[in-house]
Parts: sequence; structure tokens; C-alpha cells
Amino acid sequence: MAHKKVIDPITGAETTGHVWDDNLQEFNNPLPRWWLWAFYGTVVFAIAYWVMYPSWPTGLVERGFFPGTKTITYKADSGEEITTHWNMRALLAKEMQTDKLELKRKEMVQTVAASSFDEIAKDPEKSQFVLAYGKGIFGDYCAACHQAGAQGVIGHYPNLIDDAWLWGGDASDIETTIRKGRKGNMPAHGSSLSAAEIDQVASYVLSLSGEKVNAGAAKAGKQVFNTKGCSGCHTPAATGMKALGSANLTDKIWTQANVPAAKDTAAKLAAVKTVIHDGIQREMPAWESRLSDDEIKVLVAYIKLLAQ
Amino acid sequence: MMKHESIETNAGLLIILTLAAISIGGLVEIVPLFHIEGTVEDIKTADGKDAVRPYTPLEQLGRDIYIREGCYNCHSQMIRPFRDEALRYGHYSLAAESQYDHPFQWGSKRTGPDLARVGGKYSNSWHVQHLNRPRSVVPESIMPNYPWLLKNDLYYDDVQGKMKALKKVGVPYSLTKEEYAANVEKFGEEVASLLDINRAETNMVEQAKQGNFDGNPARLTEMDALVAYLQVLGTMVDFSRHDEAEFIKFR
Repeated sequence: MAHKKVIDPITGAETTGHVWDDNLQEFNNPLPRWWLWAFYGTVVFAIAYWVMYPSWPTGLVERGFFPGTKTITYKADSGEEITTHWNMRALLAKEMQTDKLELKRKEMVQTVAASSFDEIAKDPEKSQFVLAYGKGIFGDYCAACHQAGAQGVIGHYPNLIDDAWLWGGDASDIETTIRKGRKGNMPAHGSSLSAAEIDQVASYVLSLSGEKVNAGAAKAGKQVFNTKGCSGCHTPAATGMKALGSANLTDKIWTQANVPAAKDTAAKLAAVKTVIHDGIQREMPAWESRLSDDEIKVLVAYIKLLAQ
Repeated sequence: MMKHESIETNAGLLIILTLAAISIGGLVEIVPLFHIEGTVEDIKTADGKDAVRPYTPLEQLGRDIYIREGCYNCHSQMIRPFRDEALRYGHYSLAAESQYDHPFQWGSKRTGPDLARVGGKYSNSWHVQHLNRPRSVVPESIMPNYPWLLKNDLYYDDVQGKMKALKKVGVPYSLTKEEYAANVEKFGEEVASLLDINRAETNMVEQAKQGNFDGNPARLTEMDALVAYLQVLGTMVDFSRHDEAEFIKFR
């Protein structure tokens, strides 16, 4: 086992004493000091960590592990102060209650939620917060459909930055839409109207937005519009009804038929005819259970600011 | 002082000490499994039944498609107890929420967003459009298109076999009357009937018809199953009914 120190005659350094292939030897240098002390340091750190944090999977307590000496005190929802061994869940609860930035965030959300939209629009601090914080909520929950810029997708999801609101554009209307969701429904007229009638109504609808169409067909279409049920939801003036979410057909804004992208009158007509033929089934999910009341208020203000 | 050399040159001692070192790693991984009942939260609904239930046959088939398509390569299903995750994704995931997952889909890498609470976040039609062609709704997305989900009819001849296999590893699907009665006790009548293996195919077709997940009631496609699965993720626990302290107790 123990052997005599063997010194390499050329360098004067100690070798392991093994000799291979006639004269090949191996130095037995000590570990570098800094490395050795760093190693001892990790051992000390590990021991301290073992003692402070829950790290022993088995132990003396009924829960089956040794919970460590470090504790966290947080407030339960009931208001009771609870002290527990260190764990991420308790740490999160505590941070949500005491962290400076988190408290500031909560305070701002509450202030904004308690302000009217006019107050927010006038106060640069509030509106800046709404634009910054609202962007996060909007980006996560709304942008998937309405797109990051809130411009929507024609044929699927309404544009939120134009002037047209299917379900009303007041703060209270927008809030109801977000809370409860909406079910947009236009019956399919493929079987209730003849092909000629659909053609005429489509011409009429296009003429309402000032598109150049066959005047005769548009005139006949007006007749169909008023007698075959269209005016029931869209009103005789074709300006739509907030309570039903029926679109205003006179404002040159298209949410379903992609008229702006159509090259010529025939394509525009075809786009509108498809909508009349197939009807519309759209759904906006309800967010009441997912977003807090205050967050919904911030979101409403954000959408109003965007639309301004 | 004993030098390291004395261990290296004594084979018997080296074997014993190596075994000791390795078994520490083994114990750290194995021992906590014996205390697992202390870490899975016991969550009840308002009427005292288990809030978290196994997947219905349709959801289970959707889950199999989720795994087949490798969704887990980019999407995790694990919201960690951090502030930023709480603000973005909602309440952190509970152990109870994946207790019937075999294998669980927690994941460790997010190229896409976490999906642990994606259920109910978007409409069915959005999911259909998005799975079919993600960039048609999210222009900046790098998710691939999955157009075959709408084209492929859902294959479900083996759904009962799959449920039986899951039953073997502890998922409480029921085959016998006794097991069914136990499920009624545990989950309530309505859920228990969904977990009955004998009624699996009827239940599945019924749920697909009712939900009309892919927007085409005439066909039962893979899209139906996958959207049904996505829409149930993270929706079983009603967090407004619970005090945070209840969950912290389980750590």
C-alpha cells in the first residue's frame, strides 16, 4: 500500500512510482489548492442546504420527508397567517402577497378598474399602464383570434379597431361581451331563398355599401330583403341590431364576406352570396371564470384605447 | 490518514463503497414514491365527489392523437408555481390534475405555450382552424399544419382495449357492476357512466355528436377527438372553491 516517495530526477516532482514501457512515468501532483477548497465549499453548501430545505426524502415526520429548518409565512385566503416549511407553493403565495412589484401591479390594476374610461384616457399614467398591461392580457387571451393588432380576420373574427361594433362599443357592452361571450348566428338561406333571390339580395347588400351592381337586381333584392326575413334581424334600414349582434350592412365594413379582397364585382357578389347561402356560426368564449373582474376592466379599457 | 489509493487498490472495498454511493441516488428517487398519497391533492366538487376524473373515451383517443403527433415535443402541460407563470397561464398545475395520465405530459421544453389550462380558452372552431393551418390565425406561429386531422376518420375499434389497458395501471374505468358502483360513489352517476368500458363506443359517439368539435356533425374525425381532449385540459378543478392553503399543505 504505502510506498516510498519516488522523485523524478529531471523535474524534481513526485511520481506515482509506476513505470511502463521501460521509462514512462506519471506525475503525482497535488490537486490545485483553489479547486480543492471549492470542492470542500460545495460539501459545506450541500450540508447547509440539506438542513435548511426539504431534501431528505425520508425522515422523522408523518409526511414522510424531513422538511428542513427554513420556513415561510404566508396568508391563507381565509386571512389566517400560516407558517410552513419552505416550499415553492408557499413561496409563490407569499410573493403574491408581499412582493413590491406585485403589490404595485395589483394597486394599478385596482386603480384602473375603479376609474371610468374617460379618466383613464385623460391620465397618462393610467392609460400607459392599460396599454402595457392590457397588451399582455390581450396578447395571451384575445390575440389568438382577434390578432395581435386587434384587426381580426375577415370571415372569422371581428376587427376591434374599426368603428363597427356588432354587440355594442360602450364600455359596458364590451365588458358583457368579454364576460359572457357571444354566439353570433345567422341562419343559412340556401334552402329558403332561390338562387336568383340570393343573387338579388347580395346585389342589394353590396349596393348599400356603395358598390356598383346591377341596379335592377339590387332593387329586386331590396324587396326580398324586406319580405323574406333579412330585415327581421338587420332591420329594414339594414343598420343591424345590437341586441342580436346583427351587422350593419350600410357601413362599408365587412366582417364575414371578404369584399375588400375581391378583385371584381363578380367576386364581391360571390363572397356575399356565400354568407347568405351558408349563414354564420360564430362564437366568442366567455372569460368570466378565467379573468378576474379587475383584469376584465383593464382589458375593456385597452380595447377602447385601441379603438380610439 | 486513509488515502484514496487504498480504496482503488482494494477491489472488495471499492465494490462496497460504489454500491453505497449508487444506492443513495436510487433511494432519493424511489423512497418518495412510497409517500405519494401525501402529495396528490384530494379535490372535491361542491357535492363531495372527486373533481378530477379520468378522460372520457373520446378525450382519451384525442390524447392518443396528441401523443402520436408529438405535440409534447413543443408543448408542456405543467404550470409551475412561479409568478410569471401564474400571471400568464393561471393557477399552477396540481398533482391531482395529472393523476390519471399514463404517461403524464408535463414535459420540460416549451417551444409553443404551455397547454395545461388551454381547455375553454379558445372556441372549438378556433382550434379546428388553428390545428389545420396555425398561421391563418396566428401569423407569427411556427407550428406545423395538421391538415389530416380533419380528413382522417377517427379509428376507435380499439377504444375498449385502451381503456382496459389503462385500468390495469390504475385508472378507474369500470367493467363490472361493483366497479361501476364504486365509480358512482367516487365521481357521481353522470361521470361514472362515461367511465364504463362497456358503454365506451356509445359514449364516444354521443360526446362527439353533442360537442360537434370539428364543426361537421356528420363525421367523426380525429379532429373531434383532439379538440375534445384540448378543451378539457385544466378545467376539472374549480379554483374559486378552494383556499390556496389547502394546496400548500400538500407540499
